[in-house]
Amino acid sequence: MVQYLIKRVITMVMTLVVISALVFIIIKLPPGDYLTTYIEELKAQGENVDQSRIDFLRKRYGLDLPGWQQYLNWATGLLRGDLGWSFEYDQPVSQVVGETLFLTIILKLATVFFIYAVAFPIGVYSATHQYSWADHGLTFLGFLGIAVPNFLFALVILYAANVWFGTSIGGLMDPSYIDKPWTWGKFGSLLEHLWAPVLVIGITGTAGMIRRLRANLLDELQKQYVTTARAKGMPERRLLLRYPMRVALNPFIADVGSLLPQLVSGAVIVSVVMSLPTSGPLLLSALQSQDTYLAGSFLMFLATLTVVGMFISDVALAILDPRIRLE
Amino acid sequence: MQDTAPVQSPDRLPHYVSNAPFNPGRPAPMSAALEEYYTASSFTMMWWRFRRHRIAVVSGVVLLVAYIAILFVEVIAPYAIDRRDTNHIYAPPQGIHLFHNGSLVGPFVYPLIYRLDMETLKREYTSDRTKPQPIRLLCLGDHYNFWGLIPGSFHLLCPPNDGTMFLFGTDRLGRDMASRLAYGARISLTIGLIGITVSFILGITIGGIAGFFGGWVDNVIQRVIEILKSLPELPLWLALSAALPANWSPILVYFGITIILGLLEWPGLARAVRSKLLSLRQEDYAVASRLMGAKPPHIIGRHLLPNFMSHLIASATLAIPAMILGETALSFLGLGLRAPVTSWGVLLSEAQNIEAIALYPWLLIPMIPVIITTLAFNFFGDGLRDAADPYH
Repeated sequence: MVQYLIKRVITMVMTLVVISALVFIIIKLPPGDYLTTYIEELKAQGENVDQSRIDFLRKRYGLDLPGWQQYLNWATGLLRGDLGWSFEYDQPVSQVVGETLFLTIILKLATVFFIYAVAFPIGVYSATHQYSWADHGLTFLGFLGIAVPNFLFALVILYAANVWFGTSIGGLMDPSYIDKPWTWGKFGSLLEHLWAPVLVIGITGTAGMIRRLRANLLDELQKQYVTTARAKGMPERRLLLRYPMRVALNPFIADVGSLLPQLVSGAVIVSVVMSLPTSGPLLLSALQSQDTYLAGSFLMFLATLTVVGMFISDVALAILDPRIRLE
Repeated sequence: MQDTAPVQSPDRLPHYVSNAPFNPGRPAPMSAALEEYYTASSFTMMWWRFRRHRIAVVSGVVLLVAYIAILFVEVIAPYAIDRRDTNHIYAPPQGIHLFHNGSLVGPFVYPLIYRLDMETLKREYTSDRTKPQPIRLLCLGDHYNFWGLIPGSFHLLCPPNDGTMFLFGTDRLGRDMASRLAYGARISLTIGLIGITVSFILGITIGGIAGFFGGWVDNVIQRVIEILKSLPELPLWLALSAALPANWSPILVYFGITIILGLLEWPGLARAVRSKLLSLRQEDYAVASRLMGAKPPHIIGRHLLPNFMSHLIASATLAIPAMILGETALSFLGLGLRAPVTSWGVLLSEAQNIEAIALYPWLLIPMIPVIITTLAFNFFGDGLRDAADPYH
């Protein structure tokens, strides 16, 4: 087990290093940099561009250095917990992103819990009542959940809430709490607003999870040990929970790996639509204005969240399933 | 207890003995249906299996119709793509009616009457229920260039003479949503196909190399796939499409986007190819081919690929909806295709804020074809996957 852990940690660190390089290259791909766009903008507004000021800024932001050196500066900064400097806001990145990182994590955790809480009972019911009307209906709903892009779902929910309840459910908390210190009232308001984005972001993952859990459980239920146990007279409920369920649970944990990137993608676009103060809008504008370090640190944060989540799911899987541990 | 001997009933059949020569080596006679079953080619068996999946067949037909339709968009759309009606901005959908005052008139629409509410400055349209305007069928209407080449003006449906026919309403420039939807289908439906071709080629090549050679090559490719898989898709798409130069022509952007979508989709396919190859290369016929001196490309291409092509096609079909949704999402955010290119995502990007949706809900209509095509691809792919292995 210890050996497995060490191996897994090493791969995780290496993955993160490669990802950081990839992220940096991708962000640097567009021609020019933030300053060239900035100069263009100033010129478009008919303002004079002072070359010495540009040179000063270029030096200060380190944009005159070769690419690999910029990368090294940024990457070593990340290790020290320094996320870099945002050009657009002229502030440290950590200050710009501040609370949004925390809110992103909360949103993600809530969504994962939502997916588990919904997918588990439905998946088990679907598998044990195969080809019943409820099963057919739930399967169809599952397909629908996969087919409807979640930003459209967000639009529909916004529309429905507007038409039926006459309320706006955009945002993550009541506007009066924004930028205030955390109190119970603020927390309550957060919970009140959380359901809509969680529902929207979680729906695709839930649909996929139900389908996989159902398929796995169906496979297990056909195996001989189930028949044997039944022949021995084991009560159905105890049999189900004791044996096939344990095996069918594996993908539940293993899927966190593929679930997290999906959630991040969903969250980015949904948060733009629903104007949530999480990763989406900030990342989008940072990418568009070539705010290298803001975009890079943000992408890196999202990727780290994913990779660490995968690591946790792998370890949990190894603890639960001896076959994986011994491999 | 009385022991009763069986009584011979008078109508009992006499004992029958066949006089035909007995040959134990002769195969048991088969019914025609059974013989057909045993001699069927694997393709026929796949078709039989696929046919049983009703929803998949229906979905296949829907997709076929859709892809044939995008060949003739210019004829199907009632208006030309650049047609603007400034008198009908944000007009609501006009329904097609058949009966006017209880009598059959044939398909017709009621004309819209426009009024500007001077207090709220809201455009208000009411339909004039007194004057039915019959729709023209198989008629000459707006001029277009078929596929940008052949000029023409023939349409399946035309608006009534000096009338309008906005089946799905109009947008902020007074363009007919139904026609834009039809033109958008051409872009949105093909983007998935081109994207999947890119990722198909990448997936087969890279997965083939990993699965056939194994060892350290396999290890490296596996790690790369793992890394790509752990990156969230959308931010990556965003970053890559933000990297497309802004001065590219719409057509170049279109190809750029398809390639980006394809580039990030291949790991899944490569994985499927690899695991299949790993199990297949141990099969007797692959070993025999290698012992006879065949080169790896020959073995992969000639013996192994045909064996799981059907699986690959099924998984590729299942990957297409993800690309269609990807394009929609990117265009929706303004980072994908841009006007004047019309795709479903571009159309939906007009429905981005709650005001637009609350006032002009018909802007959300492009959602419906998006959902139908993704659902159809999902069901179709599901059916293909079940049919891909007809011997089980």
